[in-house]
Amino acid sequence: MHNFELVKPTTIADAVAALSGEDAQALGGGQTLIPTMKQRLAAPTTLVSTTGISEMQGVCVDDAGRVCIGGATTHATVAAEAAAHYPGLAALAGGIGDPAVRNRGTIGGSLANNDPSACYPSAALGSGATIVTNSREIAADDFFQGMFETALEEGEIITEVKFPVPQASNYQKFLQPASRFALVGVFVARYADGVRVAVTGASESGVFRWSEAEAALSDSFAASAIGGLSVPADGMIGDLHGTPEYRAHLIGVMTGRAVAAAG
Amino acid sequence: MTTVSMTVNGKSVSGDVEGRTLLSAFLREGQGLTGTHVGCDTSQCGSCVVHVNGAAVKSCTLFALEADGAEVTTIEGMANADGSLGTIQQAFQDYHGLQCGFCTPGMVMSAAALLKDNPKPTEAEVRHYLEGNICRCTGYHNIVKAIMAASGQDVVAVAAE
Repeated sequence: MHNFELVKPTTIADAVAALSGEDAQALGGGQTLIPTMKQRLAAPTTLVSTTGISEMQGVCVDDAGRVCIGGATTHATVAAEAAAHYPGLAALAGGIGDPAVRNRGTIGGSLANNDPSACYPSAALGSGATIVTNSREIAADDFFQGMFETALEEGEIITEVKFPVPQASNYQKFLQPASRFALVGVFVARYADGVRVAVTGASESGVFRWSEAEAALSDSFAASAIGGLSVPADGMIGDLHGTPEYRAHLIGVMTGRAVAAAG
Repeated sequence: MTTVSMTVNGKSVSGDVEGRTLLSAFLREGQGLTGTHVGCDTSQCGSCVVHVNGAAVKSCTLFALEADGAEVTTIEGMANADGSLGTIQQAFQDYHGLQCGFCTPGMVMSAAALLKDNPKPTEAEVRHYLEGNICRCTGYHNIVKAIMAASGQDVVAVAAE
């Protein structure tokens, strides 16, 4: 890996200042970025670590009842501390990668990277979460803009993510056992005003909402409600782990399982 | 070069590192603590697992400077004070939990992290917790038996999965 300078600010303001330099990049837990740098697919000259910023750490509930998670909070912390408030989200966090990865990887890092097979984007989109950055708030529906693409500007960092808590929710991941990413993952969340269904791992455009299933499940929240629906294979990822047709089929299967498990 | 300082196995250490120096390299090359193994260097295999402030992490996927000021425990810190094998290490020997031994440091460190949070895990919990530690020799059964024994539980014939 090419060398760089590591900066460890303790406030968001200092981090933003450090990120204004040329070829500076934010570093969360590094569980994706460090392997990427080893392959020389990324070569920043400055890395700005967010893990020492205390105002970006932890899980709390705001006055509107939303679960608010600091951008530098690890998956392990979310799994432990969000369980009482938003069990579907905590369970998703507790299934990312493996225990050692969960002790380092952060929610902000995962969402900013927007890997098309990552778990967290489905929770954010499936919850209609709000992504808070150092300069603005972005609705999840506007945040994810395709494979590895987000609405984040250069030097902008995710400081917090606010999740409205659903009445019921569940995430079902069809594990790709070597990488432990989702071959297909579906997050289902039932709110008073309707059901949201977000799919990760499947589409070449990254995480997306399955609107036909949302409409059917909003009418009847049961796995049988989506029995007649299918997702076209067009635009789905095809690789040695699964064809586009296989992934499209799995979307229906995993959605049904998530609805059944959410109850 | 930047000076990094941390506590490793109860001893204060420091050294000059580059930004890109991984914790695994600092421990192995800087401190001579070669018990921490680097198998894949892509954060898949888990042979490099150490504890940083009590949490199991992959030391090949963490910069040494990120551990500045931290309490680090490596496999060298798992023996008893008199140099005899610690409980988990002894159980690995008793139950033949290793063949080539390359993955063993990471297995022991992950097992220690599991038993700290969950002192009496079920066999299924042990297997689930070890999903980030890869062993190519044993088929895992004896590793699972060793961890069950180290937790003070009966070791029954484990399920073949």
